[in-house]
Amino acid sequence: MNRNPLSPTAKKERIDALARSGDSGRVDSDEGVSLWRSAWRRLRRNVVFLIGAAIIVAFILLATFAPWLAPHDPSARLLIDEVSRQSNPVPEARPGFPLGADDRGRDLLSRLIVGSRQTLMVGVMATLGGLVGGVTLGTLAGAFGGWVDAVVMRVVDVLLSIPSLLMAFSIAAMFARPSQWTLIVAIAIVQVPIFARLLRGTMLAQRHSDHVLAATALGVKKGPIIFRHMLPNAMGPVIVQATLVLATAIIDAAALSFLGLGNPDDRVPEWGQMLGAAQGFFNTFPHLAYYPALCIIVVALGFTLVGESLREALDPKSRR
Amino acid sequence: MRNRKVALTAAATILALSLSACAESQRGTDDDNGAETPAAGGDGSDATFIFGAAGEPKLFDPFYASDGETFRVTRQIYEQLLDFEPGTADTIPGLAEEYEGSEDGLTWTFKIREGVKFHDGTDLDAAAVCANFDRWYNQTGDAQNSAVTYYWNNNFGGFADQADRDSLFESCTVADDMTAEVKITRYTSKFPDILAHGAYAIHSPSAMEEHDANNVTAQGEGFAYPAYATEHPTGTGAFRFASYDQATGTVTLDRNEDYWGEKAGVKQMVVRSIPDESTRRQELEAGSIHGYDLPNPVDWATLEEGGNIVEIRPAFNILYVGLNATTNEALKDVNVRKALSHAINRDQLVQSQLPDGAEAASHFFPDTLPGYNEDLQPHAYDPDLAKQLLAEAGQENLEIEFWQPTEVTRPYMPDPASIFDAIRTDWEAVGITVTPKPMPWNGGYIEGTEQGQAAAYLLGWTGDYSSPDNFIGTFFTEQSNAFDTGNYEFAQELTDALVQADSEPDPDARAELYKEINKKIADDYLPGLPISHSPPAIVVSEKVQGLVTSPLAAEDFSTVTINE
Amino acid sequence: MTKYIVRRLFQAVIALFVLSMLLFAWLRSLPGGPVSALLGERSTPEDRAALEAALGLDQPLHIQYWRFLTRALRGEFGTSTFVSPGTDAFEVFLTRLPATIELSFVALLLAVAFAIPIGYLAARNRGTALDTGAVVTSLVGVAVPVFFLAFVLRDVFAVQLGWLPPSGRESVGINATRVTGLFVLDGLLTREWDAAWDAFKHLILPAIALASIPFAVIFRITRASVLEVLDEDYVRTAQSKGLRSNVIRIRHVLRNALIPVVTTIGLQIGALLAGAVLTERVFSFRGIGHALSYGFTNRDYAVLQVLIMMAALIYIVVNLLVDIAYAVIDPRVRAK
Repeated sequence: MNRNPLSPTAKKERIDALARSGDSGRVDSDEGVSLWRSAWRRLRRNVVFLIGAAIIVAFILLATFAPWLAPHDPSARLLIDEVSRQSNPVPEARPGFPLGADDRGRDLLSRLIVGSRQTLMVGVMATLGGLVGGVTLGTLAGAFGGWVDAVVMRVVDVLLSIPSLLMAFSIAAMFARPSQWTLIVAIAIVQVPIFARLLRGTMLAQRHSDHVLAATALGVKKGPIIFRHMLPNAMGPVIVQATLVLATAIIDAAALSFLGLGNPDDRVPEWGQMLGAAQGFFNTFPHLAYYPALCIIVVALGFTLVGESLREALDPKSRR
Repeated sequence: MRNRKVALTAAATILALSLSACAESQRGTDDDNGAETPAAGGDGSDATFIFGAAGEPKLFDPFYASDGETFRVTRQIYEQLLDFEPGTADTIPGLAEEYEGSEDGLTWTFKIREGVKFHDGTDLDAAAVCANFDRWYNQTGDAQNSAVTYYWNNNFGGFADQADRDSLFESCTVADDMTAEVKITRYTSKFPDILAHGAYAIHSPSAMEEHDANNVTAQGEGFAYPAYATEHPTGTGAFRFASYDQATGTVTLDRNEDYWGEKAGVKQMVVRSIPDESTRRQELEAGSIHGYDLPNPVDWATLEEGGNIVEIRPAFNILYVGLNATTNEALKDVNVRKALSHAINRDQLVQSQLPDGAEAASHFFPDTLPGYNEDLQPHAYDPDLAKQLLAEAGQENLEIEFWQPTEVTRPYMPDPASIFDAIRTDWEAVGITVTPKPMPWNGGYIEGTEQGQAAAYLLGWTGDYSSPDNFIGTFFTEQSNAFDTGNYEFAQELTDALVQADSEPDPDARAELYKEINKKIADDYLPGLPISHSPPAIVVSEKVQGLVTSPLAAEDFSTVTINE
Repeated sequence: MTKYIVRRLFQAVIALFVLSMLLFAWLRSLPGGPVSALLGERSTPEDRAALEAALGLDQPLHIQYWRFLTRALRGEFGTSTFVSPGTDAFEVFLTRLPATIELSFVALLLAVAFAIPIGYLAARNRGTALDTGAVVTSLVGVAVPVFFLAFVLRDVFAVQLGWLPPSGRESVGINATRVTGLFVLDGLLTREWDAAWDAFKHLILPAIALASIPFAVIFRITRASVLEVLDEDYVRTAQSKGLRSNVIRIRHVLRNALIPVVTTIGLQIGALLAGAVLTERVFSFRGIGHALSYGFTNRDYAVLQVLIMMAALIYIVVNLLVDIAYAVIDPRVRAK
């Protein structure tokens, strides 16, 4: 492998390093199983991982049970009659409204709780979208090699070299009608090249490995080899990358909302959108910005902590 | 390795030396100039007034401008024949000491003020005034585009070489040194009042000639303007143009020490562009600017608590819901339009989403204009009536696409999202299915609403001069408009009534005609739904004194003084 | 060698050409356009049509592109409609570039100054509370949205404490002499010390906000790299030889560990530009990112075309130089 130490970007290097770790995380060998097991054994004792996992679990539970947990309908303008743009723009906290309301008299706590759903959805859907696109491309490139590989990887490398936020911004802007889905699609497309390079790397690493060679020698067709033997082995790195991507997806969604490309329909709240909408209140009612920001930071941190600990646990180099 | 290091160091040193060789500080010169004329005004302080604007001026020739940020600056540099009385939208004499029209209102005589000098030292006289009129009327090529000469196109309707257009302007002749006579082709209520608008500022003919003022060309996707408009604006105002720094987005104006009237209260005025509203506020609190335009109503109370002065201008604007019956057939029935109007809780909207001083609207223009019909009340909030009207029209299951503007705030619409949400909620409450369609303001919203793609949408207008024609005349006279009135039976009737009112020379009779039109618009036509008038504010720190706000946002900052 | 360079140059020209086409098509596929931005809510359909005709926007896309291309080859890039109306778009680029260079440079400097020592210490003390703390802090840095960090910094240091200016590049009334457009450097060159100090104060907050992006990356690479080097045979050998640990640290560990770090730093430019769009907007810092974000909202085609093409050009040229340098060192690349 002719690695030019100067030209590949940091992004690429990180992906490639992760891809290499996939080969050693093989599930269909005894060693591989123990590898996952040993990884788990070490993770169990890793405080960082546990904190991250706890955050994620709490977040998912919150999102799942949000409609039952929220004290009010997040879109009902309950305190609207109290709102006055000038003298009382944001109703204060009171019994029944522990965090007060937003500028349209909607219960802030309920919006935060229900907002977790949309935030989770944006994160998961964008990641899934990127995953499906990337896995398809990467598998094609890695499994077939040759000109398919050359073309796909050329495109992927170009896409990787564009700053992801700017690319998401460019894509989101093209939709005539901004919505939650334009955000998701934009962020998903940005993740495609990352997953593609990752998958291709793990495929390449495996193409000449013993179990694939053995299967080929036994006359197993290419399709089954890819799906039964090569893809499952790529799962470790993919899971690691997906956790990390989830975090960036949530943060990027907030950044796009800040730049005015978020979902303008705020009936269904989302944290990034709430944060973006709170810009105008930052001077006088900063809590409108701080609460959703804090939620985003904690959740993004949770996914990052888990992702990074997983990466380290699966990295053969750190298993000394 | 070592050698290369030496070479690099040497190269860097040479570079630094050559840079600093051409990097002489040029700062002293400014101060020297100041020292030569020690307090020449005698009555002015040496203070600098720094104002935070929401955007940059496009250029400094107001004739080619249509945006508030440009006029804010050019209003300080130039004056018009007429002016607005400080604090109101009423017209008073400006560079013309006196003016009067002939019986038929077609010939207007302007007596030019004596002893006024342009910033380049030339004198203002009737010839200079007529040179300005001739310049306006004789624009050619790309300058005729309404993106360049918006106000002339819309107020005077054409240029010398456009035979097919019906020009209002006929001629300007020099009757004597200090008297100019302007002839127009037909009577209109807006003349000569429109001459008070900043776009009709009087420029120095010699400076315009020297700097090629009329050389506007389309270049690529924009227009390129001559040096006159970008570097050498020359008027008669209380401030003269000093410099514009693109790197920091600041315009610097110096006091005109030879001003004919009362000299400016500060030595220098700086207008700094700060696009983000919350940043403007923080700059004010940090003391680095003395005031800014359009503070967020949410901040008004705390700004005042902080010792600042929030000046609320009278609301000279209108926010309305535009409707288009071509896009949505159901809207053709006036009862459906009335139902939509009665379904809106205007009082709640105004009270909760607009600043104090905002009012629910019954008219398409504010109550300070002649022709305002006191008998009309805003359509009452009555969901039951709305439901009943819908039922009678057979539209119990009315579906409507409602456009929402994003990435924008306007003086008449401080927070589009919340206003949109309020109306949408009200409509849904009477059983209408509302499909929201959000669109970026410059990303298709303006275009779509004007091309009649939106069944219902939010839009508004801020007045330029004191005439009902500026509002409803602009909206409805042409039948292919954003309201699509051409699609209704009343279209011709409304057009005729508007033209008739506009050409009525007697002010009282004219007001009566407009009152009638307003009543018909509210009761019979209802081409759109007037929602509210919202007062825009301006905020200055407690050090600032003497600011007189204008309902047209056409402030003259020469009265401002700074109390350190 | 010449053949290789010629080939790469040819590739670069093709890449720019393709990019210019894509960019052109992308901009015009966006909803709305400069016509809306120029006319606002006061236009009529006739006004719009006349304006589109004057600007050539009513022509088919390929004709518009051909015009753009021929003009661009003559060095005319069209005039800005919103960012600096009436100014040639390339001039806009030249006025805005120094601000972004200044900001990115200081941000990168800050990131390096903190990330490398902390990364090194974290690696030396692997597994300790110090290490965990540093790792978690860097991850928190990743999790905080940059624009929110910018808002908080501004609120605390500019408004609450009043230590630093809340926005802009220079205080009004400084009237500094412009030489390079890099305000701090200009102040130093012309010996207008107060101007340099003023410009520097305006840089601090946006630079800190922007630095949060490269900081996390550089920290991580440094830490990983130092860990790797610490495990290398020569370090162990050096230790066993009894060399003083300071000598080992400086001469062997840090020096070798810094190689990948330096590579990474050079490659943070893209991320910095993305971050600049956010930070420059919050701080009204008039650089490329500021122009991009407002130019975009108002569909300033000419400015967007030039800014994005120039960014791509810089990126391609830097890569080209790096690749050529590498080809000089490693003959295998040429053969490929």
